[in-house]
Amino acid sequence: MADGAKVAGGLMVFVALACAPIWLVLARRSTASQPEIELPVGQKRCVESAEFMRQRHAALLVDWRDAVVREGLNRYVASDGREFRISLTGTCLGCHTQASAFCDRCHAYIGVSPECWSCHVRPSENP
Amino acid sequence: MDRRDFIKTAGLGAFGLGGAAVGTALIRATTTKPSREVVRAKRWAMGIDLRACAQHPGCRKCIDACHAAHNVPSIPEPRHEVKWLWKATYERTFPEQVHEYTTATTREQPVPVLCNHCANAPCARVCPTGATWKRADGIVMMDEHRCIGCRYCMAACPYGARSFNWQDPRPYLHTVTADYPTRAKGVVETCTFCAERLVAGLPPACVEACQAAGFGALLFGDPDEPGAEIGRALRARDALRRSPALGTAPQVFYLV
Repeated sequence: MADGAKVAGGLMVFVALACAPIWLVLARRSTASQPEIELPVGQKRCVESAEFMRQRHAALLVDWRDAVVREGLNRYVASDGREFRISLTGTCLGCHTQASAFCDRCHAYIGVSPECWSCHVRPSENP
Repeated sequence: MDRRDFIKTAGLGAFGLGGAAVGTALIRATTTKPSREVVRAKRWAMGIDLRACAQHPGCRKCIDACHAAHNVPSIPEPRHEVKWLWKATYERTFPEQVHEYTTATTREQPVPVLCNHCANAPCARVCPTGATWKRADGIVMMDEHRCIGCRYCMAACPYGARSFNWQDPRPYLHTVTADYPTRAKGVVETCTFCAERLVAGLPPACVEACQAAGFGALLFGDPDEPGAEIGRALRARDALRRSPALGTAPQVFYLV
């Protein structure tokens, strides 16, 4: 290990370079780019908390779908006791009227294309 | 620490971290279920009063109400047609009932036809994905999310009550009911006895339209429920079912 110092130095330079995107973003104190979504005006809380919706909206929508189609139910009681009619078009788009300014922006950003809208209707945007 | 011990320790550490991550994911995944209520077990059936219906030749109120409520497209090309509720001649509807003395008027009499919601539904039996199945309350339900478009159900249905979307149906919709999904190319669809209205306490759209017009040719309900109009009518009058010898046990009864 005669060249220990050189190896360690080289490794440090490599790690610093490989992590450059992270350091740069941290130094700029903002993420590189973020989707800008338009939130409904005058609404304080979604069906569940914003954090929950951010993480679990897909699972929630799948559960809603199964509840309506497979089990013939149509009411959802949120964790804070409020009751909602289970409906993508009626309840979700009732507040998020512009899906193109909400759903699509994040989905485009992370490169997923859910097929909801091949059947479900966006009342204010398309037939 | 020698290399062997280092690898062992690092491996254990990585395993522990991974395990913790999997554990939290599992806990999260089980806490998003919607609340479940118990659905009343019922057996839905429809009665079509052929005499009352024949009083109103050319009437399309039930068909128009159904097709508007469910975004059923009007496709002119018969091979690509999509129908939930339509009219067929008496002769085509009840081929076993026609004999050499049946008059032309009777043969040509239009009869409303739809999915029979058979008690022994062949479509539900052959569906490979569970996209169509028989609910506890008798409805033959359709889940387009799971439909792979194999059309086994269409081959199995002896009544031609199922339609396949050979193309995107949206260009053929004159008006769109936003609250009900359209369908996409490649799925089969059929009447669901208005499951989405029943859960909200409403009668099927066709029945509502017929009653609103004051014609009363369509009855709907649970024939086993005491006092139900459909139960009384089925007990008091003669009723036909389509192709009963096939053993499908249709739940749409034609009062004659």
